[in-house]
Amino acid sequence: MTKTRKKWIYFSALAGVVALLPLLVKGGYYLLILNIIAINGLVVLGLNLLIGFAGQISLGHAAFFGMGAYFSAIFTAMYNTPPWPTLLGVMIFTAVVAFVLGIPTLRLAGHYLVMATLGFNIILYILMVQMEHWTGGPSGFAGIPPLHLGSLPIQGDLSCYWLLWTFFLLVFFVSLNLVDSRVGRALRAIHENELVANALGINTERYKVVIFAISAAYASLAGSLYAHYLSFISPKTFDIFYSVQIVTMVVVGGIGNLWGGLLGAAVLTALPEILHAMRDYALLLYGLILMGVLVFFPEGLLPGLVKLVGRGRLVNGNEN
Amino acid sequence: MAMKTNGALLKLEEVNKQFDGLLAIADVSLCLYSGEIVSLIGPNGAGKTTILNLISGVYPPTSGEIFLNGESITGLKPYQVAQKRVARTFQSVQIFQDMTVIENVLLGLHHRLRSGFVQGMVHLPAERKEEKRAIDQAGATLEKFGIGHLAYRKANSISLKEQRCLEIARSIVSAPCLLLLDEPASGLNIRETEEMADIIKGLRQQGLTILLVEHDMNLVMSIAHRIFVLHHGLKIAEGSPEEIQRNPEVIRAYLGGTHNI
Repeated sequence: MTKTRKKWIYFSALAGVVALLPLLVKGGYYLLILNIIAINGLVVLGLNLLIGFAGQISLGHAAFFGMGAYFSAIFTAMYNTPPWPTLLGVMIFTAVVAFVLGIPTLRLAGHYLVMATLGFNIILYILMVQMEHWTGGPSGFAGIPPLHLGSLPIQGDLSCYWLLWTFFLLVFFVSLNLVDSRVGRALRAIHENELVANALGINTERYKVVIFAISAAYASLAGSLYAHYLSFISPKTFDIFYSVQIVTMVVVGGIGNLWGGLLGAAVLTALPEILHAMRDYALLLYGLILMGVLVFFPEGLLPGLVKLVGRGRLVNGNEN
Repeated sequence: MAMKTNGALLKLEEVNKQFDGLLAIADVSLCLYSGEIVSLIGPNGAGKTTILNLISGVYPPTSGEIFLNGESITGLKPYQVAQKRVARTFQSVQIFQDMTVIENVLLGLHHRLRSGFVQGMVHLPAERKEEKRAIDQAGATLEKFGIGHLAYRKANSISLKEQRCLEIARSIVSAPCLLLLDEPASGLNIRETEEMADIIKGLRQQGLTILLVEHDMNLVMSIAHRIFVLHHGLKIAEGSPEEIQRNPEVIRAYLGGTHNI
């Protein structure tokens, strides 16, 4: 089976699951969780391209996520700009900001990007809290209008489920394509050995900066969708802890594995909700589960599980 | 320009390279002409790999100029030198272990292909066609080196000889005009080294110019047209294999008194 065929089969299966889930899931609460998974999934997707393919770590993706959310909110609610073009404009602007941030830091060898993005996230958080006139300050920004399809507002958990997952699937598919192309190959080469990649004629600096900008654009898109979906945002969502959480999702799911990233986003978004019933022990269990995953599946949940299944098959085969 | 370089494909002009206090390369000048196999020899630490790194742009020279086809390439980045069709291999095999054999060769074609981020994301027909052509070309190159059957194996699962062949296949798939080989026979046994000599001679017959850094004297003497000898960063001799074997200074400096080359 060719790689392309395999990709199509898995992707169609995912699209099928996404299409059927609302039939099985009753109640706004579960839909809300699924919707948040789609949003986190988008941010994870971009970060996974950066970490898993270009080998660079960003601790500032909450800031790009926040830029999408706040700019969409401010422009559409305060200045009545049309939501869709605003979303697109904000995405491009965020990518440009990331590009400018990336040029000096990604040129240096080593993990300067971590420090730069960490600082950027903190600065942006302070701005969100302090610039009360525009952002509403610590109490948040309410009354963000929904997105429209024609003249129809996309409101409510179910409509937004379709909206958010359509976007996720679209961006997911495009990313799967990118990974399986000349550019994806070059990015993996950079991840494995930058010096040799450069010696082969790959402009490694440019690739790293561009993929960083693209991953920021994904986060911005997720942020805009988040703001229009919930109609209320507050700075707390976009602090440094969200950045760390997103990195954790990438690591738990499987660095460099886009399908793993989706699994990581799903598991780590749903887990706190499931553990809610444990009350005081919830945090302890969350920590233990995280630790367990990293100890037993150091290369990530999905690659680890695939290996486990493969080994199981091998054992069964030997028995026969 | 032709005057300046005397029609040389590659010319180093009084190149110096200083690492902190250490003068690694001192006033080295050398010329390579099209279609030659030229070998660079010298004891360990003589500066052979440093010369390759200077040519391929890993670091710039402290002073001096490097010309390719009469055009200065001094101070260019490695990817820019590669785009000028200068390819290289590394002393310790540097293939991408986590990728398949054919993906490694496709990376060698990278700078000859055009598809960017957007084409890659949308998989336009033109992008798919280019990719398919590239895969065909990479596969054909692997066949030439006798490792076509390994195309879809992980690169870390093949033998050292096969890895060396893969590295050379990756470097020549883009049809470079100059190939820099850094000890292609190191770690190979006698039979494999002979096969490597045939491979290098074959490359030259296809019109490649080759600069070969090598420790194996049998290999060097059997395939090189001209030899440069480096010692402590200085060029102490140049000439045909016969001349080098008779040169008393080379024998003294490089072979430590042994006359048995």
